[in-house]
Amino acid sequence: MPESSPNVAVVTPSRVTSSRDTPSRQTLESAVVRFSGDSGDGMQITGGQFMLATAVAQNNLSTFPDYPSEIRAPIGTTFGVSAFQINFGSRVIKTAGDNFDVLVAMNPAALKVELNGLKPGGIILLDTGSFQDRNIHRANYATDPRTDGSLDAYRVIELDISKLTLDAVAGLGLSKEKGLSKKEALRCKNFWALGFVYWMFDRLRTPTVNWLKTKFAKRPEIADANIAALNAGHALAETMEVSDGLNSFSVAKAPNIEPGVYRTITGAEAMAWGLAVGAKLADLRLVFCSYPITPASPVLHALSNMVEHDIVTFQAEDEIAAICAAIGASYAGSLGVTSSSGPGIALKGEALGLAVSTEQPLVVINTQRAGPSTGLPTKTEQSDLLQALYGRNGECPLVVIAARAPGDCFNVAIEASKIATKYMTPVMVLSDGYIGNASEPWLIPDIDQLEKFPINLHKEGEYFDSTLRDEVTLARPWAIPGTPNLEHHIGGLEKSYETGEISSDPENHQKMTDIRAAKINGVVRDIPDQHVESGAASGKLVIVGWGSTYGPISRAVNNLQEAGVDVSHVHVRHIWPLPQNLGDLLAGFEHILVPEMNSGQFVKVLRDQYLLDAKGLNKMTGQPFKIVELENAIRAHLEAAK
Amino acid sequence: MTDTMTDTMTVSATETKLTAKDFVSDQEVRWCPGCGDYAILKAVQRTLADVEAKTENTVFVSGIGCASRFPYYMKTYGFHGIHGRAPSIATGIKLANPDLDVWVVSGDGDALSIGGNHFVHLLRRNVDVQFLLFNNEIYGLTKGQFSPTSRVGTRSPSTPHGSIENPLSATLVALGSGAHFVARGVDSAQKQLIATLTRAHAFKGTSFVEIFQNCIVFNDGIFSAFTAKDKAPDKQIYVEHGKPLLFGKDHTQGLRIKPGTLSLEAVVIGEQGITKDDVLLHNETDRALAALLADMNGDTLPIAIGVLYCKPGHIFEVEIRKMVQREISETTNSLNDVLRAGHTWTVPKEPE
Ligand SMILES: Cc1ncc(C[n+]2csc(CCOP(=O)(O)OP(=O)(O)O)c2C)c(N)n1
Ligand code: SF4
Ligand SMILES: [Mg+2]
Repeated sequence: MPESSPNVAVVTPSRVTSSRDTPSRQTLESAVVRFSGDSGDGMQITGGQFMLATAVAQNNLSTFPDYPSEIRAPIGTTFGVSAFQINFGSRVIKTAGDNFDVLVAMNPAALKVELNGLKPGGIILLDTGSFQDRNIHRANYATDPRTDGSLDAYRVIELDISKLTLDAVAGLGLSKEKGLSKKEALRCKNFWALGFVYWMFDRLRTPTVNWLKTKFAKRPEIADANIAALNAGHALAETMEVSDGLNSFSVAKAPNIEPGVYRTITGAEAMAWGLAVGAKLADLRLVFCSYPITPASPVLHALSNMVEHDIVTFQAEDEIAAICAAIGASYAGSLGVTSSSGPGIALKGEALGLAVSTEQPLVVINTQRAGPSTGLPTKTEQSDLLQALYGRNGECPLVVIAARAPGDCFNVAIEASKIATKYMTPVMVLSDGYIGNASEPWLIPDIDQLEKFPINLHKEGEYFDSTLRDEVTLARPWAIPGTPNLEHHIGGLEKSYETGEISSDPENHQKMTDIRAAKINGVVRDIPDQHVESGAASGKLVIVGWGSTYGPISRAVNNLQEAGVDVSHVHVRHIWPLPQNLGDLLAGFEHILVPEMNSGQFVKVLRDQYLLDAKGLNKMTGQPFKIVELENAIRAHLEAAK
Repeated sequence: MTDTMTDTMTVSATETKLTAKDFVSDQEVRWCPGCGDYAILKAVQRTLADVEAKTENTVFVSGIGCASRFPYYMKTYGFHGIHGRAPSIATGIKLANPDLDVWVVSGDGDALSIGGNHFVHLLRRNVDVQFLLFNNEIYGLTKGQFSPTSRVGTRSPSTPHGSIENPLSATLVALGSGAHFVARGVDSAQKQLIATLTRAHAFKGTSFVEIFQNCIVFNDGIFSAFTAKDKAPDKQIYVEHGKPLLFGKDHTQGLRIKPGTLSLEAVVIGEQGITKDDVLLHNETDRALAALLADMNGDTLPIAIGVLYCKPGHIFEVEIRKMVQREISETTNSLNDVLRAGHTWTVPKEPE
């Protein structure tokens, strides 16, 4: 949305004219809207509905749910603010957007928290019904921001949404006889605001109406009340005029969208489905073992709701139990998977070593969050990369892959299942709180068309020696309990290369250490060569990213390229082993810059592996990179390099 | 470090029936000579032969400790895990394949210290495994430190002035965790131990067996107050369901509820008008009685051996399988359908 000159237009319903003329809509290539309110205001649902309607309008989109870690923070406080941001457009959308064009603020606290993210001249939709003195003070405002000039730089639409919602619902005559309380009626105000914003961006209400009817099938009066609020908000917007400060926009369909059936998907859903599909393709039962932790739990929830696909989920007593149960399940012939976030992954360290030593197929998902210890549970960071690579006792190599976007979690989960079973090794998948929660449109694949990778269990009667390794992959055979004549012992004590029984022979330990490393290094055979995401394959500057920084980096690099800057983007998915050609590829650039949401972990690995003078660009605020931040940093880097 | 297995254990009845020897692995046993673990190994191998277990269907899972070396000595599937975590590995095995016959072997440190959490939850879930706790009241493998079952005052390398902590009772923890089968045995009392292990094997659900095991090196004789030949009759009571709780040489002593209390007392038959009819019958389905029996410490009341408690309950992995099967039978959804559930939209092919 283009920035427009600051101008404040305070609108109250009394000033709304009865004109029904549809103002001509201003066409935008993309726009960013942020819904923000109290934790109890239903902002995640509101945003989710806007996302659906936007997907239906065939825009590209990306979202960022940003909610507090407190389940129910005190009402009206700044730390209880919950927000949902969506960036959508007719062009390729790569992030949820830096700053927003429209802010829906349901209370003073939301206004307080979000205001500096709003573009100058941006539109604010305010619920004045929540601007009582009490709430204003609770949001730590000394004076009323509506009257002290602090909103001068924006276009403010002030409406008593609370009252308008009550009026709309009262119109149904529901309140008394159907037992809809005033509280319940008031709760519809998020749908009132949604209806208003729907009109602003010309979104269809039908998907939301249908959603409400299904969601509240058992309490139709609640569905009706919300629908009435939605329609009322929409109708009021329609009657307002540009002179009231209200612009209306149209965002065209995104061209060049690959044809097919789409849905929106979060990283957590994609991960869960990828694991389910990975197990199917391997022809194994999925046994998913986890202990709840933010932001990893949604994967457990999603799979627990899919047991009809022969999936077993196990909520263990702690993360150690979870990984050990997954190891036991793999040992007995299932695909054992465990999932957690940094603190839980730390607890799994010793058992990861057991899986490396016993050479079990195992997939470990780390949905990273910010900070050491408990840190910032709901905020995102990429600071567990070194933990994934090196965070275990002894020489303990395993495979590490990183997902770059919500939908990509699906592919990564399948690839992890394939490598784990083919090489008989743990595979760590790195996701993070940002991609776990964020959603994007996703072209739904046809599972029947995906390549199967059935595993070869060792069978009865075959020669068996528990160290009989595949000549190419060096994988040991998978001989599961229940198979006659293949009884053997397995464990975390060093085992003899020859017999698989325990051995403390010095030469043997050297050999086994080498074999374990060689096996993991050999996974490189199944990893595609590193390609250049955009830009030349050699030149002045390459930006190297991994994981969830993909969106902002690629947009920032594209923007700079359009401005004539010689910069390329390389995005690494296979963190260990690294793609074979990566060192040579990076050596073709004069400068290497590695943006990461940590203090420089991947850059360390690159410097270590390739003796290249790669530089870090680091951020640890618990928030994803902004495009403009990256653009500025890249320009500064180039300037300094001159 | 010699193998004390004898060759006289059993003679196979038919060609196919396995003998105890068929469960002996080719691995050299590394326990100290005279360690109680040998006797338990022998009893387990004998039990497996008696119950006609199949080597390929049997899995021994352990943590870390002297006791946890056990799987290496069995000619079955064996998984030597990490310290304290055997219950979790075993749970995963049963989730993957409920038909496997799984035995967990653990020590007092392994099960009650580092693995206490998993121990409690295994019992609570009632996963169908046999859980053998070799209690020697000491950390054997790490050279003799006191353990959570060591008595107050235990002198060990880490408590040279005597330990201060109170010990816990494995059987009471098990009962408190909701165990459905709680039993006790003594390493050297083979006949009773085999009978108890046989019951444990037959039980569906977690069968917990605490076995008093002598660590000849670091805690020798710690149980002799009730296991020594001359002490055992008066200081042990072997309990059997439906039978009177009698003990002592010639079974002249018995247990009864002390009148006016909720506790047990020992009585002598023939003294003060006490007859056999005054003695309590063992009811292994009575959890309160099991707790009273488990609490007897060999001081004024004898140590209870045998099956203290046995009351089947629903089994974790069986219920999970049932739930999964029910859901499978009630759906025609494919994974492709899951991906397409909820709101979807179609982007049509642009005309060329
Ligand atoms: C994580 C971890 N911590 C500590 C140890 C060291 N350790 C091995 S066995 C053991 C105690 C074993 O005692 P217990 O379980 O009673 O078995 P026992 O040797 O007496 O049979 C300890 C502390 C270990 N192997 N792993
Ligand atoms: S240290 Fe004790 S428990 Fe361990 S093998 Fe020796 S005697 Fe047995
Ligand atoms: Mg011990």
